[in-house]
Amino acid sequence: MRHIISILIENESGALSRVAGLFSARGYNIESLTVAPTEDPSLSRMTLVTRGSDDIIEQITKQLNKLIDVVKLIDLADSVHIERELMMVKIKTTEHTREEIRGMAAIFRGKIIDVTPTTYVVEMTGPSSKLDAFIAGIDGGTIIEVVRSGPTGISRGEKGLHL
Amino acid sequence: MELNGAQIVIQSLKDEGVEYIFGYPGGAVLHLYDAIFQQDDVKHILVRHEQGATHAADGYARATGKPGVVLVTSGPGATNAVTGIATAYMDSIPMVIISGQVPSPVIGSDAFQEVDMVGITRPCVKHNFLVKDVTKLAETIKKAFYVATTGRPGPVVVDVPKDITDPGIKVPYKYPKKVSIRSYNPAVTGHKGQIKKAVDLLLTAQKPIIYSGGGVVLGEASKELTEFAHTLGFPVTNTLMGLGAYPATDKQFVGMLGMHGTYEANMAMHESDVIIAIGARFDDRVTGKLDEFCPHAQIIHIDVDPASISKTVKVAIPIVGEVKPVLEQMLEIIRENKKKPSKKALENWWNQIEQWRSVKCLEYDRESRLIKPQYVIEQLYEVTKGDAYITSDVGQHQMWAAQYYPFDKPRRWINSGGLGTMGFGLPAAIGVKLAFPDSEVACVTGDASIQMCIQELSTALQYKTPIKIINLNNSYMGMVRQWQEFSYESRYSHSYMDTIPEFVKLAEAYGHVGMRIDKPEEVRPALEEAFAMKDRTVFLDILTDRTENVYPMIEAGKGHHDMTLRVASGTSTDRELA
Ligand SMILES: Cc1cc2nc3c(=O)[nH]c(=O)nc-3n(C[C@H](O)[C@H](O)[C@H](O)COP(=O)(O)OP(=O)(O)OC[C@H]3O[C@@H](n4cnc5c(N)ncnc54)[C@H](O)[C@@H]3O)c2cc1C
Ligand SMILES: Cc1ncc(C[n+]2csc(CCOP(=O)(O)OP(=O)(O)O)c2C)c(N)n1
Ligand SMILES: [Mg+2]
Repeated sequence: MRHIISILIENESGALSRVAGLFSARGYNIESLTVAPTEDPSLSRMTLVTRGSDDIIEQITKQLNKLIDVVKLIDLADSVHIERELMMVKIKTTEHTREEIRGMAAIFRGKIIDVTPTTYVVEMTGPSSKLDAFIAGIDGGTIIEVVRSGPTGISRGEKGLHL
Repeated sequence: MELNGAQIVIQSLKDEGVEYIFGYPGGAVLHLYDAIFQQDDVKHILVRHEQGATHAADGYARATGKPGVVLVTSGPGATNAVTGIATAYMDSIPMVIISGQVPSPVIGSDAFQEVDMVGITRPCVKHNFLVKDVTKLAETIKKAFYVATTGRPGPVVVDVPKDITDPGIKVPYKYPKKVSIRSYNPAVTGHKGQIKKAVDLLLTAQKPIIYSGGGVVLGEASKELTEFAHTLGFPVTNTLMGLGAYPATDKQFVGMLGMHGTYEANMAMHESDVIIAIGARFDDRVTGKLDEFCPHAQIIHIDVDPASISKTVKVAIPIVGEVKPVLEQMLEIIRENKKKPSKKALENWWNQIEQWRSVKCLEYDRESRLIKPQYVIEQLYEVTKGDAYITSDVGQHQMWAAQYYPFDKPRRWINSGGLGTMGFGLPAAIGVKLAFPDSEVACVTGDASIQMCIQELSTALQYKTPIKIINLNNSYMGMVRQWQEFSYESRYSHSYMDTIPEFVKLAEAYGHVGMRIDKPEEVRPALEEAFAMKDRTVFLDILTDRTENVYPMIEAGKGHHDMTLRVASGTSTDRELA
């Protein structure tokens, strides 16, 4: 099953490679990884998407917790949560296709954030599946570039991951 | 007090109570060596190869329970230390390794003798640090010792760029008495509810067994384990790393389990209905084929590292905590409990175990005209009255030492189990002898293993650490040969060295005593003579039966009940080898 693991980690050089190294050394798969400092500059927040059986996910969380730099983590799949990913897509346009792309972007609540005579850049956020759907909905031949941040997530309600 | 970085390192070690540093100098650590020169509280042991430094520090740590300390230079010094760091990591041995690094401003420029030590060691340390600020140096060293010695112990690397130890830069020094790390809080006591559940299960068991391991040694809990076992009357088996944690001569001890464990230990595991694993990690050498592992048992597991629990074998009752307090908690509940283990069930169980014992799986041919390696170990046991520190290398000799030298005390059996590092035995013995100069220390080794760190014979002379090297010389990488015999139709591919040095001359060249023994009747007198030479390192090159194999053996991919016994295979004495 797919799991989103959210980690508070010391904002120190090398911390990221400890996490990445753990995954490669133990043969766990890593679908995506995002990381940025938090409002507390000594901490970073990392969101990691992985897949595995319950036993493997249990080992992954235990092994992550064992890293000295990891302060806390939660498996978002254990609770109700919101998931978002940012995507930017650069699309080749012609006079005929512009209208259609704008329409598609609107349906998916995307924004056109850059325009040249021959291209659009569409910005879109949402659960990864929605972004996949958008990509599937436009002509693959017209896509110049897709940039995705990888999902990040937060749990619903009063609970939160903090010190 | 104002000190420069180099002085801070040495003063911190002193304040930490460090007795010995095992090291080797080089450019990046010259400031540190100058600081070492100017004091004599912390004694430096100059090895002949950085791998030797790590194993010697490791042997010191395993024998004393105190962290071993290593100092190496950047680049090749650092990479040479990696095997020893990984060895300590796999067996959870507390160690602090200080490695020199190129000056901070040139890090990343492929400077002379630069390697990314933090990167290289990341997968084989408990934690590592790159020091970036001399004012944080003392605190970083304190943290390194704190992490290395608490929770599940392990090696910690502190990588120190040369500019940090610059003698020209002095900063105020204060060694912290305590440090805390917000993200690191290892468990100590166990969860009460879980402990209660575990006791309830133990008291209803019909065929229980205690499977204990290195965690009992590391956690200084031999006394508690022994009391626990005696209170319940259950059989005890130990892993290779746990030997000595429970007295091997006690009647409740059924021997080591696993690949080369006893018939009775493995059968008892296989047939048991309740297993309590105490500081043991279900290693593959122990479990054999996982699908067939202990099919009838409910398992309780005490371990300080949650990641050790249910890693390979799912357990019913996990208890995260240190062995010693958890066993104390359990004993208290057991004593208060009116329910006692079923006498009847235990009696039946012990009768069954006695039957397995009567197979005498460790018997061997005592009439042989050749020296049997097992016989050598038995004689070693007698000559040292079972009270020596025995280090070992890796191979058949290691298994025979484990099987035929019954250890009654923890920290006496010192070997590389998890990584299985050939070359470990000799330097480890030096570390042990430094810690316990008045005790007998012997290194049981093989003709191949001993050559991997043989240079440390020179260290043994310089620091006057008189150890006895028992070389079970079968002119083979015996363990490799055995696998080739069993699994590759005796195609002995490169498990034989055409040229083996004359070890007697070699020992003499290094300034020690060498003895060559090739008849069974010479073994005992030679051992006595060697141990009588209190102040000499003696190398006993003992020519043993080349065809001897380690039994019992659970071959790869088999279950505990599927052991190959010597009786089934016949004695191997007169079989000719290539
Ligand atoms: C040639 C060869 C053959 C081998 N054959 C065998 C064999 O037949 N049988 C065998 O048993 N081994 C054998 N081994 C060794 C094997 O590879 C493992 O090293 C060994 O089985 C592991 O022992 P252990 O489970 O006691 O764990 P250790 O590696 O000693 O780990 C200790 C465990 O205890 C935990 N722990 C540490 N401190 C504490 C504490 N204070 N409180 C609670 N828990 C703690 C740790 O987290 C860890 O899980 C062999 C090795 C070699 C090289
Ligand atoms: C550094 C290293 N290289 C290779 C091995 C694989 N290996 C395990 S046992 C062994 C042979 C050991 O031979 P010897 O020291 O003569 O011991 P014996 O088995 O003959 O008693 C080898 C090569 C190892 N454990 N360590
Ligand atoms: Mg050999």
